[in-house]
Amino acid sequence: MTRKRRRLYVVVAALLVFGSATALVLAALDDSLDLFQSPSQLMASPPPPERGIRLGGLVEEGTVLRSTDGLSVTFRITDGAQSVPVTYQGILPDLFREGQGVITVGTMSAGGTFVAREVLAKHDENYLPREVVDALKESGQWQGDGVK
Amino acid sequence: MIIELGHFALILALAAALIQGSLPMIGAARGDAAWMALARPAAFAQLFFVVFAFCALTHAYVTSDFSVANVVANSHSAKPLLYKITGVWGNHEGSMLLWILILALFGSAVAAFGGNLPPSLRARVLGVQAWIGIGFLTFTLFTSNPFLRVFPAPFDGEDLNPLLQDPGLAFHPPMLYAGYVGFSMAFSFAIAALIEGKVDAAWARWVRPWTLLAWAFLTGGIALGSWWAYYELGWGGWWFWDPVENVSFMPWLLGTALLHSALVVEKRNALKTWTILLAILTFSLSLIGTFIVRSGVLTSVHAFATDPERGFFILVLLALAIGGSLTLFAIRAPSLKSGGLFAPISREGAMVINNLFLAAACAAVFLGTLYPLFLELLTDGEQKVSVGPPFFNATFAPLMVPLVFLMAIGPLLPWKRADLAGALARLKLAALAAVAAALLAWYVSAGGPILAVAALGLAAWLFVGTLVEWADRVKLFRVAPGESWRRARSLPRAAHGMTLAHAGLAVVMAGAIGSSVWKSEVVTNLRPGETVAIAGYDLRFEGVERHAGPNYSADRAAFTVTRDGEAIAVMFPEKRVYAVRAMPTTEAAIRTTLLADLYAVIGDADGQGGWTVRVYYEPLVPWIWVGCLVMVAGGLTSLSDRRLRVGAPHRRDAARAGSRPAAA
Repeated sequence: MTRKRRRLYVVVAALLVFGSATALVLAALDDSLDLFQSPSQLMASPPPPERGIRLGGLVEEGTVLRSTDGLSVTFRITDGAQSVPVTYQGILPDLFREGQGVITVGTMSAGGTFVAREVLAKHDENYLPREVVDALKESGQWQGDGVK
Repeated sequence: MIIELGHFALILALAAALIQGSLPMIGAARGDAAWMALARPAAFAQLFFVVFAFCALTHAYVTSDFSVANVVANSHSAKPLLYKITGVWGNHEGSMLLWILILALFGSAVAAFGGNLPPSLRARVLGVQAWIGIGFLTFTLFTSNPFLRVFPAPFDGEDLNPLLQDPGLAFHPPMLYAGYVGFSMAFSFAIAALIEGKVDAAWARWVRPWTLLAWAFLTGGIALGSWWAYYELGWGGWWFWDPVENVSFMPWLLGTALLHSALVVEKRNALKTWTILLAILTFSLSLIGTFIVRSGVLTSVHAFATDPERGFFILVLLALAIGGSLTLFAIRAPSLKSGGLFAPISREGAMVINNLFLAAACAAVFLGTLYPLFLELLTDGEQKVSVGPPFFNATFAPLMVPLVFLMAIGPLLPWKRADLAGALARLKLAALAAVAAALLAWYVSAGGPILAVAALGLAAWLFVGTLVEWADRVKLFRVAPGESWRRARSLPRAAHGMTLAHAGLAVVMAGAIGSSVWKSEVVTNLRPGETVAIAGYDLRFEGVERHAGPNYSADRAAFTVTRDGEAIAVMFPEKRVYAVRAMPTTEAAIRTTLLADLYAVIGDADGQGGWTVRVYYEPLVPWIWVGCLVMVAGGLTSLSDRRLRVGAPHRRDAARAGSRPAAA
């Protein structure tokens, strides 16, 4: 077997593997991206119901309601300008509190309620998700860099 | 005073690194032996000063010296001693110091054990190491100095993030860093080889042990991190495809590829340029891993408070290190003599396939991790997205399937030219095991998802295939047991290491599949005396008691676990509130049988006597960490091989080995 021939094998194998990897990546990127939205953006242009959304903002004071069985919870997420009702089933993260920054991941239902499958709160009290900071800045509610 | 001395020692370490990075390099270029020899004492001096600085900071933590800003921000006098010590690296500044310490340790190891390296190569390797050190030392001194004082000193500190006050996470960073920094050795050797213009079998033999050591550490570090996430975060998951996990996983993937390709350089004197490129990329990913976590570019658990000055410095460092080394590669690589040829079906052919899949998998993870960043830059911050686990499951898993399938075959192929049909014939037993395992999984799970059943079969295929290869080598059951034992003992340690590492991966794979596909979860609200049932177990909620720890108070729940009416265990999940930061954490209670874990967490009280309770049953999940341990053991076994021992290879011997047809 000649040198060229052998090199060809390697090149063909490389193309095959990387080609299929690219195909996998493109196919997967299409339907596993969650778009980050602030409450204002979400209200301005409601996304299609199957679209994965990361909704970030502050938990509005006085809106957290637990169901009697303690399992599902509803609250509103606000960026100061707009607020969106959210429902969630399960245990909330340790640092979930009213008035604090959270990110919820889920989809928008036809009734205008955001159905969260995941609620992420910050991991320590100095840290606010960057997307939430940006959303607050955009709506003019950002209180400076007091919160690191 | 000690703090100022520590600060000063760090500056002296920078001075030593500057000497180590310049004079020996010039000496190597000019052939001046005296200048080249300077690299050794400079490396030791650098280590001495860095150790001094590190001890100074540790001293401040242990004695709770709250005139030091870093101690104030991350410690508290009531914190247990263990976490006072681990708090040293539980923050940005201290973790940078730890990084530098490990780097200096590796550099000194070359200086100490590299006696038989050609002097010019040793000088250049140490020189490149020094430049990495210079980058990190200046970064630390100018933007992340841990030795800053505060005045007036507060009475007490702000405590370490409670999530980090945990034995698993206490030792996760040193392990992970030893892995990241360990790859700097492969990098330094690669750059030195590019400057020298020479890559041969001896070079590969010097690189392999360092890469193996780094790989073992990184494997352990990743496993420890995932174990921590599993029991501490209280979500019952062990891998979230979080950016932080991904950035440690990428160097692991490429480092694994590097281990294999360096073997081809060593045995067959081929794949030389590719191996050099892999060494550069692996360490580049380690650098990206270190910095991305710290810089807060990607949102994650570990992102410490950021400031733009640091971010800029990091970008410049990354650009210099990665851009510079790739430029050098582009200029010098074509002049490296290209190596031997080989047939597609052979051990080296299998290694190429392995490298292709690992590199493709790494590329997929890289894209998924950094895509949000690219998109945000391209659209000027308009489009913010996140790439979730479905992306990684859909790209990574399909790339692993052929890799794992071929992984059982590769070791059966001899070097140079192999007989594929013969190899496959020897794998009959593995095929049988795969079918049996799949059928068993199908039966136990009552017809669970077909893909998962098949994947479990694949894990069995790899496990048994790996053992078959080992059994063939020692002629197990074909000769007397004593003879097999003698053969096993005369088998190179590297062969045992490979068997362990591959078998370990099969175990990890089975654990990963079992726990993600057949995990069951119950979330409910319980009052004391009520019972929740999961997977054949009944957990009776006995109530919650207040309980005080050294620096936290906890609500501790008690669950009596019964199976078929028989009490078998009591589990105590906790919800803690750490006093200083007023931060709650969840402490899961886990009961393991090594075949499955029962996992319980408590949530909030509903104010009417009830508590939210979450219980998981996770089959096979302990196998993930057992398998990782086996893999690490495999790496270390291989490392103990006499042929790989640092200092063993001599260029002359190796050159002979490289030119004759390899027998192994």
